[in-house]
Amino acid sequence: MATEMDLLYGFIIAVCTFFAVLVSALVVYFTIKYRRQRPEDVGADIHGSLALELTWTFIPFVLALVMFAWGASLFFRLATPPANAMEIFVVGKQWMWKVQHPDGVREINEMHVPINRPIRITLGSEDVLHDYSIPAFRVKMDAVPGRLTTLWFEATTPGEYHIFCAEYCGTKHSGMIGKVIAMTPQDYQAWLAGGRSTGTAAQNGERLFADLACNTCHKPDATGRGPSLHGLFGNTVELADGRKVVADDNYLRESIMNSQAKVVKGYQGIMPAFQGMVSEENLMQLIAYIRTLKPAQPAPDAAGK
Amino acid sequence: MSERHSYLDAPHGLASWLLTKDHKRIAMLYLISITIFFAIGGLFALGIRLELMTPAGDLVSPDTYNKLFTLHGVIMIFFFLIPSIPATLGNFFIPIMCGTKDLAFPRINLLSWYLYVIGGTMGIAAVAFGGLDTGWTFYTPYSTQSSTTSVTIAAMAAFIAGFSSILTGFNFIVTIHRMRAPGLTWFRLPLFVWSHYATSLVMILGTPVIAITLVLVMAERTLGLPVFDPRVGGDPVLFQHLFWFYSHPAVYIMILPGMGVVSELVAAVSRKQIFGYAFVAFSSLAIAILGFLVWGHHLFVSSQSIYAGLVFSIISMLVAVPSAVKAFNWTATMYKGAITWESPTYWVIGFMGLFLIGGLTGLFLATMGLDIHLTDTYFVVAHFHYIMVGGAIMAFLGGVHFYWPKMTGKLYNEPLGKVSAVLVFVGFNMTFFPQFLLGYLGMPRRYHSYPPEFQVLNLASTGGATILGLGYGLCVVYLLYSLKWGKVAPANPWGAKGLEWERTQSPPTTFNFEEDPIIVTEPAYNYRPAGTVHHG
Amino acid sequence: MANGHESTMPGGHAATTHDAHTGQGHNVHGSHHPRLQHHFYNMDQQLEASTLGMWVFLVTEIMFFGGLFMAYIVYRYWYPDAWVSASNHLDVGLGALNTGVLIFSSLTMALAVRSAQVGSRMGQVVNLILTIMFGATFLVVKYFEYAAKFTTGKGHEDGTLIPGPTFSPSLPKAEQLFFALYFIMTGIHAAHMVVGIGIMLVILAMAWKGRFGPDYYGPVEVSGLYWHFVDIVWIFLFPLLYLLGAHFGGGH
Repeated sequence: MATEMDLLYGFIIAVCTFFAVLVSALVVYFTIKYRRQRPEDVGADIHGSLALELTWTFIPFVLALVMFAWGASLFFRLATPPANAMEIFVVGKQWMWKVQHPDGVREINEMHVPINRPIRITLGSEDVLHDYSIPAFRVKMDAVPGRLTTLWFEATTPGEYHIFCAEYCGTKHSGMIGKVIAMTPQDYQAWLAGGRSTGTAAQNGERLFADLACNTCHKPDATGRGPSLHGLFGNTVELADGRKVVADDNYLRESIMNSQAKVVKGYQGIMPAFQGMVSEENLMQLIAYIRTLKPAQPAPDAAGK
Repeated sequence: MSERHSYLDAPHGLASWLLTKDHKRIAMLYLISITIFFAIGGLFALGIRLELMTPAGDLVSPDTYNKLFTLHGVIMIFFFLIPSIPATLGNFFIPIMCGTKDLAFPRINLLSWYLYVIGGTMGIAAVAFGGLDTGWTFYTPYSTQSSTTSVTIAAMAAFIAGFSSILTGFNFIVTIHRMRAPGLTWFRLPLFVWSHYATSLVMILGTPVIAITLVLVMAERTLGLPVFDPRVGGDPVLFQHLFWFYSHPAVYIMILPGMGVVSELVAAVSRKQIFGYAFVAFSSLAIAILGFLVWGHHLFVSSQSIYAGLVFSIISMLVAVPSAVKAFNWTATMYKGAITWESPTYWVIGFMGLFLIGGLTGLFLATMGLDIHLTDTYFVVAHFHYIMVGGAIMAFLGGVHFYWPKMTGKLYNEPLGKVSAVLVFVGFNMTFFPQFLLGYLGMPRRYHSYPPEFQVLNLASTGGATILGLGYGLCVVYLLYSLKWGKVAPANPWGAKGLEWERTQSPPTTFNFEEDPIIVTEPAYNYRPAGTVHHG
Repeated sequence: MANGHESTMPGGHAATTHDAHTGQGHNVHGSHHPRLQHHFYNMDQQLEASTLGMWVFLVTEIMFFGGLFMAYIVYRYWYPDAWVSASNHLDVGLGALNTGVLIFSSLTMALAVRSAQVGSRMGQVVNLILTIMFGATFLVVKYFEYAAKFTTGKGHEDGTLIPGPTFSPSLPKAEQLFFALYFIMTGIHAAHMVVGIGIMLVILAMAWKGRFGPDYYGPVEVSGLYWHFVDIVWIFLFPLLYLLGAHFGGGH
């Protein structure tokens, strides 16, 4: 998609160059051709032309719409990771990037990825705004404290590519850089195997789930004080006030950090808020774990009970 | 030849200036103050460009660099560009172009200058006591929770300066609505007035929103009242929406007056009616209105919804159209004109070239898919400098040159007027064109140090900045020189049409006109060959 | 230059020889009202300019408060439950009292303008004093309301209602957002009231000296516009902040 972006870039350059050259050339040409000959000369008595006005309003308008449509289509695709994308969790904090691979390998300021595989980054921030930017892949996305954002790309050529923080974040903003190391799938597997793994994200999440005593209220069935989380991820939840929301990453994150915000129907709002007790990385691990929880029985309605 | 009692001579004394109600004197007070702030902002720019000559951050510390670019932005935007044309040329010429003796509220006009000075002084205090390192955009939570610099003082300085801006706009609106001379209908007004009217609408509708946004930042920072704090459920992106709701229209505050000046200059140097007068007039209004509907194009990668982004993108495309219409109309005005080759023409041509590039590069950023790659890079920096410096400042300087004889009664050195226009044009392009390339190659903005492959373009940029600075410096020198040693200016050195050229002295008397009241029977720019009968 | 001062009317004779050129109301023949400023043709133009000016200023005030209302709307949409429960901590009775006080103050303000228009000095003075007293009452009630937030109370026995470290821990976090906005919105409104009272004191002094009458009442009218605006802002604040809880779920 980087190629398509460069194509769109080229198209707009062509349009802009055309108009810039046209107008500049005309201005310079008129200045020369219609140079004032005598001090008392005045210009011709021309007021306007509706036909010209309409023409030079309509043509730029159409060109602008073309740019918009192409850009919007590109943006939609950039904002929609493919379903089979491999997920990597990235947390930005002043002034480093903490990267966690799905199988648990962690990196700081570097991100090894296999080529020819869509990679989806789930991005968070521990403190202020940051932005994960990989110019070679033409992608960037802000890391916003308080929520999770995503971006995706697919590397096609092995190599090393810059990672920049692209949202000003304080003293070492320009030091918050790193590199993406894109490798062939075999090399990537080899690298992974050699990496120190402290467990996959989901395994770490399972451990946290017990350490933080989540399992004392959230049982696999409906017998706990809290709703069952099995089969929750991706389904619709009905809240106490009647609203229906989709249980996505941000819903899970919010429910852990600020549990009163969306209380599930039929339950009391007694869940403690874990703001300040879990880091962004822990949150991602918990979310990874919850995603793995399938319904305990094949019940048609596993949510919100 | 009768004695010249201009607004400059009478009354005398510092007190008569500091307590003046004369819009022309207030305009000159502003001119002096904004020039001082331009110099300070320019010094910070020099610091930035010197640091960026080498990839390593070796000239100043990271914190100092962050303060340099922040203060460069804050000073240039709030204390130079926003007041620039409206508070100087606008204040001076709107009453004259409306055929009246002063603005509707002369004392409020003076108050606006004092508020500007107070805000500016607070800004200097912020510089002196800790500086500011949040970026001129004050994004939260960095500004509310992380920065250890003088955020509150700086925010208060911008807040106060905002009221100066509001009062200026409010004065213009009431003056244009209620104080036009007999016979001066809306469609006989010079386009300078139309564009200042549109600017004033933006000033009064937009500035209060940045004011309240800064109050919220100050409240969160000093009183601990959480408004944008994610730890209690607040939204840092809400700040961005509130901030850009003003700050995007603000860029139209910065360019619309310049477009008004350019209309005046193009008509005068071509000695020709502006082609498509009504279209140019309505384009100003269209830009002002549409300008309020596009702020989200600064938030494409901030986690804003895709659908909101679509709306903002398409309207951003639309807002480019009236600007294009103006550019075409100015060009068509020059067709079959009688174009002088004096210095104002140079400034006009310079503006056209730079504004074209600046405006057209906005299209890249409005295109959503592309913006992902270009946002937060030097591409954006280049884009906005082309418009605000290439466009607005060239228009401002062009206007200062064009109106200098009228405002001061002196003629500046004409050849040097051309030299500085060329220096500014060349220096500007050398400084900022490389930055488009840097941005596309991926260099982020606000970077103190950068990967070595970006050095060549950065060096070229710094080289250009030197030439640009020379151009500006030269202007100041010969303009100041002319005050004391320049030739006395006639009432209408350019042979231009307009109340300001045809019915006032150079400089004007305190109450502007000898006749009272002024009666207007012609449309604007009514250039006719000698001997033709004209009909209004 | 002989006519460089404010006190003489430049082109004084000329002004009387062409009337009604602007169509902006009838001319004041020959004599110039002592309050006519030099750059206006006549008192009508001056009054129209100052009235338009005040309306433009009020538009800026709408935009100023508008930012706060936007924040309120966004957070209410996100945290409806916390918004309702937070609203229930506010004293509806005192809020309603303040609403009544302000509505009456707008009445007396309108009567003061009317008195100026018909030239009744006593009417102006009495009504302006009443307006000021109502405004002061509002501020006193607000003081008591604010003071109550700094201590524990019913529904928040374990902390204050001041966002930050002392905020009651048992309440939902989002209520801190509500109270932050509550203090900022009502605080800025109160600041506008203070300015309004200051303006009224000045107008009162001028009215006492008999400055206003049918030929010159502009300052009273535009001050009245400002006062009414500040009242209207409260009319929006009261239901959004105070009545929300009562509407959706009653008190504690």
